[in-house]
Amino acid sequence: MSERLLTIDNLSVTFGGLHALKNLDFHVDKGEIVSVIGPNGAGKTTFFNMISGMVEPTEGDIVFKGESLIGLDPNQVTARGIARTFQNVRLFANMTILENVMVAQHCRTKQGVFGALFNTGGFKQEEAEIREWGEKVLGFFGSRLVGYRLDQPASVLSYANRRRLEVARAMATKPEVILLDEPVAGMNPRESEELTGLIGQLRDEWGFTIVMIEHDMGVVRDVSDRVVVLDHGETIAQGSYEDVSTNPDVIEAYLGRPAEEAS
Amino acid sequence: MSAPMATNETLPARAALDQEWRKVVNHGLLLALVLVFVSLANMPVSLDSRMIIEPMLSMGYLSLLWIPVVMGFIVSSEKVLEGIAYHAKGAREVLAGGLVGVIGGLGLSLLVILIDNFNLRDPLVNWSPALLDLLQFGNGIGFGVIIWPVLGFGLGVFGGALHIFTAMTRTIVGWVVGAVLGVAVFETVIIDLLTERLPFEFITDWFYFIRGGLSQQGAVTAALIGGGLGYLRVLAQRGVVPTPVQDYKQLVGPERTRANTIIIITCGVATAILPLLLGRITNELLANVGLFVLLALGLNVVVGLAGILDLGYVAFFAVGGYATAILTSPNRGDSWPDWVPQSHWFAALLVVILLAILTGLFIGAPVIRMRGDYLAIVTLGFGEIIRLLFLSDWLGGYTGGAQGVTNIPGVDLGFVEIKGTDPRAIFYLVAVFCALAIYVSWRLEKSRLGRAWMAIREDESVAEAMGINTVNVKLMAFVVGAVLASFSGAIFAAKVGSIFPTSFIILVSIVILVVVIVGGMGNILGVIAGAAVLIGVLGGPKQPGLLAEFSEFKLLIYGALLIFMMLKRPEGLVPNVRRTRELHQEEFLQDAWLRSQVDADEQDGAASGEVAPA
Amino acid sequence: MTAAVRSKAAPRTGVDWFLTFMRVGLSFFFISGVIMFVLQQIDPQNPIAGVLNPDATGLTADQFEGLIISGLSQGAMYGLIALGYSMVYGVLGFINFAHGEVFMVGAMTGMITSNKLEEAGLWEDAFFVSLVFIILVAIVCSTATAVIMERVAYRPLRGSPRLIPLITSIGVSFLIQNISIVLLGPGAKAYPSLPEWLSQKRTVLFLEVEGTKLMVILVAAISMAGLWYLVERTKTGRAMRAVAEDKEIASLMGIDVNRTIVTTFAVGGAMAGVAGILWGILFRSVIHTTGFLPGIKAFSAAVVGGIGNLGGAMAGGLTLGSAESLAPLMVLEPWGINGVSQLRDAVAFLVLIFVLLVRPTGLFGERLSAEDRA
Repeated sequence: MSERLLTIDNLSVTFGGLHALKNLDFHVDKGEIVSVIGPNGAGKTTFFNMISGMVEPTEGDIVFKGESLIGLDPNQVTARGIARTFQNVRLFANMTILENVMVAQHCRTKQGVFGALFNTGGFKQEEAEIREWGEKVLGFFGSRLVGYRLDQPASVLSYANRRRLEVARAMATKPEVILLDEPVAGMNPRESEELTGLIGQLRDEWGFTIVMIEHDMGVVRDVSDRVVVLDHGETIAQGSYEDVSTNPDVIEAYLGRPAEEAS
Repeated sequence: MSAPMATNETLPARAALDQEWRKVVNHGLLLALVLVFVSLANMPVSLDSRMIIEPMLSMGYLSLLWIPVVMGFIVSSEKVLEGIAYHAKGAREVLAGGLVGVIGGLGLSLLVILIDNFNLRDPLVNWSPALLDLLQFGNGIGFGVIIWPVLGFGLGVFGGALHIFTAMTRTIVGWVVGAVLGVAVFETVIIDLLTERLPFEFITDWFYFIRGGLSQQGAVTAALIGGGLGYLRVLAQRGVVPTPVQDYKQLVGPERTRANTIIIITCGVATAILPLLLGRITNELLANVGLFVLLALGLNVVVGLAGILDLGYVAFFAVGGYATAILTSPNRGDSWPDWVPQSHWFAALLVVILLAILTGLFIGAPVIRMRGDYLAIVTLGFGEIIRLLFLSDWLGGYTGGAQGVTNIPGVDLGFVEIKGTDPRAIFYLVAVFCALAIYVSWRLEKSRLGRAWMAIREDESVAEAMGINTVNVKLMAFVVGAVLASFSGAIFAAKVGSIFPTSFIILVSIVILVVVIVGGMGNILGVIAGAAVLIGVLGGPKQPGLLAEFSEFKLLIYGALLIFMMLKRPEGLVPNVRRTRELHQEEFLQDAWLRSQVDADEQDGAASGEVAPA
Repeated sequence: MTAAVRSKAAPRTGVDWFLTFMRVGLSFFFISGVIMFVLQQIDPQNPIAGVLNPDATGLTADQFEGLIISGLSQGAMYGLIALGYSMVYGVLGFINFAHGEVFMVGAMTGMITSNKLEEAGLWEDAFFVSLVFIILVAIVCSTATAVIMERVAYRPLRGSPRLIPLITSIGVSFLIQNISIVLLGPGAKAYPSLPEWLSQKRTVLFLEVEGTKLMVILVAAISMAGLWYLVERTKTGRAMRAVAEDKEIASLMGIDVNRTIVTTFAVGGAMAGVAGILWGILFRSVIHTTGFLPGIKAFSAAVVGGIGNLGGAMAGGLTLGSAESLAPLMVLEPWGINGVSQLRDAVAFLVLIFVLLVRPTGLFGERLSAEDRA
């Protein structure tokens, strides 16, 4: 039985009267790929924002490897081992591609002013290691983000490449869990298929645990171990893709009920 | 930016009378307003004492004459957008310039009539007979009324004509004007350089008039030299003549490093030799510029690298100055206990560094989480509080209050004592610390910390999500800036020999900010250039520059310059490539998108033999 | 999506500990100062005063009254200026650093006009008419300054990163100050003397107030009432509130956002112009730096009251004015600090820092536009 990494217990958050999340329970075990799906406005991105520390819950607990994440700053959460991507790609557009994955390693490195000013052996070594890991992470996507690309500003990338860099940046923080927020949004079918395969590789070869928000059911079906369905801030179903896709509550959440049943 | 693509159509020039009359009139009225303002601000009268070309052209008249040229040029300037046809320029543009000049000139004619007939000296203090005399060129009122529309027309025509000159002519004209003005403005420096230790009086006698200003033959010679250099530049642009700059840009790897080393060594040697050749006053000026370069480099770390607008920066300068003063002077306040020794400057410097770090943390900690605007005001508040504390009677026993601390000794190096009376030595001391500051800025920018600063500038919440402790990283910037400013304060104390609270007013913070912004935020070279040009030529908050006559107007010019730079060129004069990208984001994104479409097509074509839809 | 409100239960990092220490320290400083002051009033020879402040003398009721009235009249002016800062921040999300100079322009033009009126003999004879006239002139000039500022320096920078408009406004502030120096000269300039009957003390309720200060408070109150009416009851005011709430949606509702922003600047400028006249009447002297310190203090007042919140701006102004007037004697002196009147300005900044540390959204809460809400 693999280790339970992340446990979310009775999580709730209210934004001025709106219950964005209501008594949410959730868990992830090491090595799992869990998809979180649900109609728009279900609270999925809010859910990610709570885990990564950008929003504080009004109730409930988030426990990662035995310690609570409540009240931590986002950078502390990342240091503990949870990385994330953003739904609307938020790269450091004017930094180069390599710099994007180098700066992501900030919490894993420690050289400071002293090392930089005196160009110590430790500084040089750490810079080399940062560069190496950065290139390795970028190499995950084949030849697209390496070579001459390394020194180009991130703003020159095509949309699909930006999404890939977003993922690479999350990988660069050396996390245990990666939260992917709609990783294939806006990609064409071929690109989605490729990324689906890569998500599997992230778990199989690189050892990451993945929690993924997705709308593309093909991707969800192909790669997930487990699917969790949210609607109006609550979990309404959980299980394998087959179970969840035939669950009447889930269908109702997405498609609604026929009119004569409404009253 | 880029030249228009070949697909741009060029329509024929429009007819001379096909003017946008409203635009011409508006520009003309604006010109009139500016000319009247400049006159009433007393620029022509007070700058009249400095001659550019004896006896024909004084700085005073020049301060009026350049404006119609610029306005004549601007009225016909059109932004050329890629893919959109634009008209060629012709007589229409020239006429527009001339008309604008006429209207502007009429404004001055009106002013002449008004000054002759009314007395508005209260409230406009410069409404004087001297101004009237100047505007009339020493002749009667009739002359004064007629000459300005005529002059305006001529100058405006010239401005408009700049549009129809070929690029080559424009370049050469630019270099000619630049050369003449440069030789005129830098007169004291050039004379100093050539005559103080070197025997080149014959050159300066040829170029300059005894009382100041270029002689006529000097002006012509300067113009010819400028023209020649301009022509060389044109040839370089066309690739006919190789330029060192282009060759330099081609170098990579170990060759580049070697070239860089050579450049740095040359600069170092020049910095070492230059003060020996120059006279006292010029060295004093250089030392002043150096102090500001040091301050600006520090602020550059805070504003340029980390993106924090610290308006209370002068506080750190004050801490450095006062700490040095109190630790080294025998004349410090009476309340200090006896065990505080009278130390050597370098020993005091260690304490100064410690105090700067503590002050940086103390001021930084509360402000670091605030919104940018609030941070600016609160730091300004802190700066003021510190100055008021130093000025107050309450702490007067320790800081000397309004009387300050006097009798500060210089820096005793054993073989020489560096004091304010020896500007050359001060300059060397300042230069050493500037080199240190440059090294620190450069190393930090390329380090883990520098990357973190860049990320925070880009998107602070994402930077935090990527594991960067934004609070600590920003505090670090604050502290580094504080230490550099305190160095400047320590040198300032030794240089002037006394410290008063009036040296640490907010104006100083703002002038340093202007230098950093105008020079180029985040860019070491730009900051140095900004300090040299602004502080060196126009002057610092309390110190005159090369053009001492501008002392009354320098702050006005700085304010206007700040606004102008923010509107037109926020990346500064010597821009940092990355910063230019940030500030012209949209244009770059558009270009990038276009290019990416091309790239994506190529890649998809290569990968699978299909062409992806655009 | 940026980080939403996070409340921290206990200080965790070094910086948090330091901030808590500062909050506690400042609160202790203020509160103990007041307590010691009260002790001093009761018994000037009390033991604590003996240690810290041996020359302690209490304040008489008259002195106290005088200080409060001064504080309120000064605060009323700060409040009027603060309205401009608050409105512009609420709509555009940046501090118009040059707003203090808009106030100075009002004071300067008032000075010029009132001196001309005095030369013409109208100042003393037809004082109220003259007063109204100079107020109108000041309003026109201040409003014009604010509108031109917006059009030339701020509108082109609408979409820029946050630092840029702020730096531009610093440039504008600098420029206007120096325009005043070069055109009008660097010295301080005086308003003509006020008629005798105005400066007399009158009794209002149980307080004795100087006529000038009473007038300042009255005019401020009238202006505030006028502003309230404009903002709450007119179509323009509704548009201003809508644009302050959410520019994009407002434009979708058919509101001309640019025109409304200009109106916002204009109204703020008008209020500052009135404040300029009041300042000139009260202090009778104006110089190019007149706008600088009051401008910063007015901004602090806007923050103290809650930025974007008009009632809060005036309340903040009154609070800050009173604090500035009373604190040197009520808080600083009991601690044994001598020469406290020099530190008056420092008090204003301390209050700002204190409020930002303890209650950053201000006394009455912020009202920011949708784009700026963190």
